[in-house]
Amino acid sequence: MSEGTTKQFLYVNRKAPHGTVYALESLEVVLIGAAFEQDVRLAFMDDGVFQIMKGQDTAGIGTKNFAPTYKALGDYDVNKIYVEKESLDERGLTEDDLMPLTYEDEDDDWAEKPSIKIVSRAEMADLIDSSDVMFNF
Amino acid sequence: MAILHTVNKSPFDKNSLERAIGVAKEGSSVLMIEDGVYGAIKGASSSAMVEAAMKTVKVYALSEDVSARGVNDRVIDGVELVDYAGFVKLAAEHAQVQSWL
Repeated sequence: MSEGTTKQFLYVNRKAPHGTVYALESLEVVLIGAAFEQDVRLAFMDDGVFQIMKGQDTAGIGTKNFAPTYKALGDYDVNKIYVEKESLDERGLTEDDLMPLTYEDEDDDWAEKPSIKIVSRAEMADLIDSSDVMFNF
Repeated sequence: MAILHTVNKSPFDKNSLERAIGVAKEGSSVLMIEDGVYGAIKGASSSAMVEAAMKTVKVYALSEDVSARGVNDRVIDGVELVDYAGFVKLAAEHAQVQSWL
């Protein structure tokens, strides 16, 4: 797949993680899509920011806990993760409440770097505007 | 007649919690379950509404759903966590159960 046009893919995540299947479906599509070597970006806004909260433990509700899987995204070269600040603020959350998602930068001696970038609503608008293909969950 | 109002939607996504609190009379109870437990978070845009309601209405959140969503440390002081057995007990103690979907 190295030849041909590389497109900007944006996955927009707006749903809370456990009440509906959207979050898990999005994560599975992202992981499948990662094999196609496109330029992939993930956006978390509205209740979607809850998907990457620290400390989720689904043992009590008897469903698969897919939260730890987000930590594997860096290994699939999915390392551009944008979280909207206004959505965090509205929910009383800060970046410290999110899982520390990271990747190893092959261009910098495999240094471990953060994948998450907190962006404003205006920056999110630019992100959406500059994307070729969007998937909404 | 005391009613148990259950809410299973996020207050940031739907107005179910707002509607439940709006009709919950003194002595009634509100139980947050599933995505409804996000309504128990302190410091959020929904918190003031919940804290005001707690002056007349008892507010509960289902602990299993709170743990699943990783918000245990963020629950408003005074919101009582109950487990599934506690949910059943609450349902039995109230005259009716009204579900806000």
